[in-house]
Amino acid sequence: MIALEEHLRACRERGRKILVPYVTGGLSGWEAAVRAAAASGADAIEIGIPFSDPVMDGPVIQEASQRALDDGATPVSILQSARSLDVGVPLVVMCYYNTVHHPGHQRFASQLKDAGISGAIVPDLPLEESGPWCEAADAAGLATVMLAAPTAPDERLPRVCARARGFVYSVGLLGVTGERSALVHTATALAARLKAVTDVPVVVGVGVSNAEQAVEACRVADGVVMGASVVRRLLEHGPDVVGDYVSEVRRALDGV
Amino acid sequence: MSEPSEAGRFGEFGGRFVPETLVPACQELEASFREAWADPIFRGELDSVLREYAGRPSILTECHQLGARLGLRLVLKREDLNHTGSHKINNVLGQTLLAKRMGKKRIVAETGAGQHGVASATAAALLGLECKVYMGAVDVERQALNVFRMKLLGAEVEAVHSGSRTLKDAVNEAMRDWVATVESTHYCLGSVMGPHPYPWMVREFHRVIGDEARQQMADRYGSDPDVVVACVGGGSNAIGIFSGFVDTSARLVGVEPAGGAAVGRGQPGVVHGMRSYLMQDEYGQVLEAHSVSAGLDYPGVGPEHSYLASIGRAEYPSVSDSEVIEAFQLMARTEGIIPALECAHALAWIVREAPSLQGRTVLMNLSGRGDKDVGQMMEILGS
Repeated sequence: MIALEEHLRACRERGRKILVPYVTGGLSGWEAAVRAAAASGADAIEIGIPFSDPVMDGPVIQEASQRALDDGATPVSILQSARSLDVGVPLVVMCYYNTVHHPGHQRFASQLKDAGISGAIVPDLPLEESGPWCEAADAAGLATVMLAAPTAPDERLPRVCARARGFVYSVGLLGVTGERSALVHTATALAARLKAVTDVPVVVGVGVSNAEQAVEACRVADGVVMGASVVRRLLEHGPDVVGDYVSEVRRALDGV
Repeated sequence: MSEPSEAGRFGEFGGRFVPETLVPACQELEASFREAWADPIFRGELDSVLREYAGRPSILTECHQLGARLGLRLVLKREDLNHTGSHKINNVLGQTLLAKRMGKKRIVAETGAGQHGVASATAAALLGLECKVYMGAVDVERQALNVFRMKLLGAEVEAVHSGSRTLKDAVNEAMRDWVATVESTHYCLGSVMGPHPYPWMVREFHRVIGDEARQQMADRYGSDPDVVVACVGGGSNAIGIFSGFVDTSARLVGVEPAGGAAVGRGQPGVVHGMRSYLMQDEYGQVLEAHSVSAGLDYPGVGPEHSYLASIGRAEYPSVSDSEVIEAFQLMARTEGIIPALECAHALAWIVREAPSLQGRTVLMNLSGRGDKDVGQMMEILGS
C-alpha cells in the first residue's frame, strides 16, 4: 500500500498537478483501464464499488454501476482483483456507506488493507456520522478522504479539512457526477476557500469534464478527479481510449 | 413519543447519512421546523388549513357487519376521507407551509402509489409553489390515473427508469434533484424516513391522526382500543396513529407486505439518509421489494419503527398479496368502503388473527381510499 497523502504532497512539492481518474470497479475492462490510466500519468486512481442506490451519481456512472452489478460484481470480487493490480500509484475506493456498514467498519478496513488499497471516499458519510469509520480506517492506516461542498458555511470547512486524510475532495458543483459543458464558478471558488484553511491537498471533482476544465480548476486547486468523462470512454470505447484521454489531460495539466 | 437525540437517533436507528452538499440544508430544515413547531402562529395556520381545506378531524367508523363476522369490535380511523384521499395531506400541508416560511419556491417529491405525489401537487397548487414529482416507471404504469391527477394539478411528473423503477428509485432521483437545487428547493419527503429531521418532523405532522383517534375513542367508547393496526411501507400512517397510543397499554401492530418486510426480514443498513432495518443482500446491496401495492413497495422502513420493534413496543407481521386482495374485497362488500390496497394489508392481518382477537376492540387506520386501485384490481380479478 502506498501512503496516499505522502504521495500526493510529494506531487505538489514537485509542482505537479494531481490527476485522479475514476473507474467503476467490475465494469468490463476496468482493470485494463486502471493500468492504462496509471501508465498515462495518473497520480492516484479512484475505484468505484458499485452500489444499488448511488444517490451522488449521474446517468453515466449509474449505468456503469448497474452494468457491473448485472455482471455479478461484488465488493469482494473487486477487491480481489485490485490486489493483483500493482500499478505503482495509490488506489482509493469510492463506495457508499452501506458497503462499509454491512461487513462492519473494522472488517471492511482490513479487507481494503489486504487488497492494497490506500484510502476510501464515502460520499454519503458526512462529518457528523464519520467517527466510527474514520477510527477503523485510521487504525488500519487507510486515508479517509472527506468531501467539502459549496453549500458549507465558512465555519464548517476547517472541521471537514481537519478530518480529511489523503486529500480534500472539493465538490465542484451543486449536483451529481456527470459531464458539464463548462466548469462552474463554484468549483474554483470552493477550492480557493479550502486552500485558505488547509494544507491537505485540495482536489476538485464532480463536473470536471475535459482537459480544458481540468486546467481551469488547477489554476486554484492542487488537482482534479475525472469521473464521468473517463467512465463514458470506458463504456463506449474500452480501456485504450481511457489511456489516451488520461495522457491528454496529463499533458494539459503539465502546462499549468 | 419523544424527540430523537441531537444526532437524530431513535435508539441506534436514524441519523443523517447524506452527501455533504445536503448537510447544511438538513440542519437549516431542522432549525426551521423546531422554530415553527414552537410558534403558535404557524400551528394556527396549519390547524386552520387542516380543518378548512383537508377536512379534519377525520371521523371514526365502526364496522358493525365485519366486526360481527370476525367476532371483534372493528373501528376505522377514516383518513381516506381527507382531501386527496389519504393521510398524506397532513404531512404535505405541514411541509409546504414550512417551505414557504423558509422562502423556498419549489418542492420535489417522490411517490409510490401516487398518494404522496397527488397530495404534494395539491398543496403546491394551493400555496403557489412549483412542484416536480419523481415516480418509478413501473408505478407510472400501474397508477396512470394518479399521474394524470398530478399533471392536472400543475405538477411535472418524471418517470424514473433506474434500478427497480419503483419507490426506492424515485427517492434516489428526488435526492439527486435536491442535491442540485437545494438553494431554491425543499424536498417534500413523503414518509417517516430519510435523514434527520424528516422521520421526526413527518411524525409530528401525522401525530394529529393518533391524537384525534385517542380522544374520539375515549368520547365514544370510554376506553383505549386493545389493538391499533396500520400498514407499513415507510411507515408514516402507522407512526401517526401509534403516536396517540404509545403511552397506553394498546398493542401496536404495523403490517408489512410479505415482499417488502423490512423489519420482518431485513437487517440494519443505511440507505436514503437513515440507518434502519433494510432488505439487502450479503454485500449490502439493497433488494427490490415486491408488493401488489405500489405504496408499500419499499425495502426499508422509517427508523422509529425499527426502534419500536427493537424495544418490543410494536410488532411488524407481514401478509401476502393474496390475503390482501381478499381483504380488499371483503371490506368493499361488507362495509361499502373500498380501501386502498395499502390499508387492505392491515385488514388482512386482522382477518387472519381474528381468532385470537375475539371480543377485543381493534382500531385500524384506514389511511387511504381505494379509487386509485380499482383499475389494477380489475386486471387482477377480471371484470
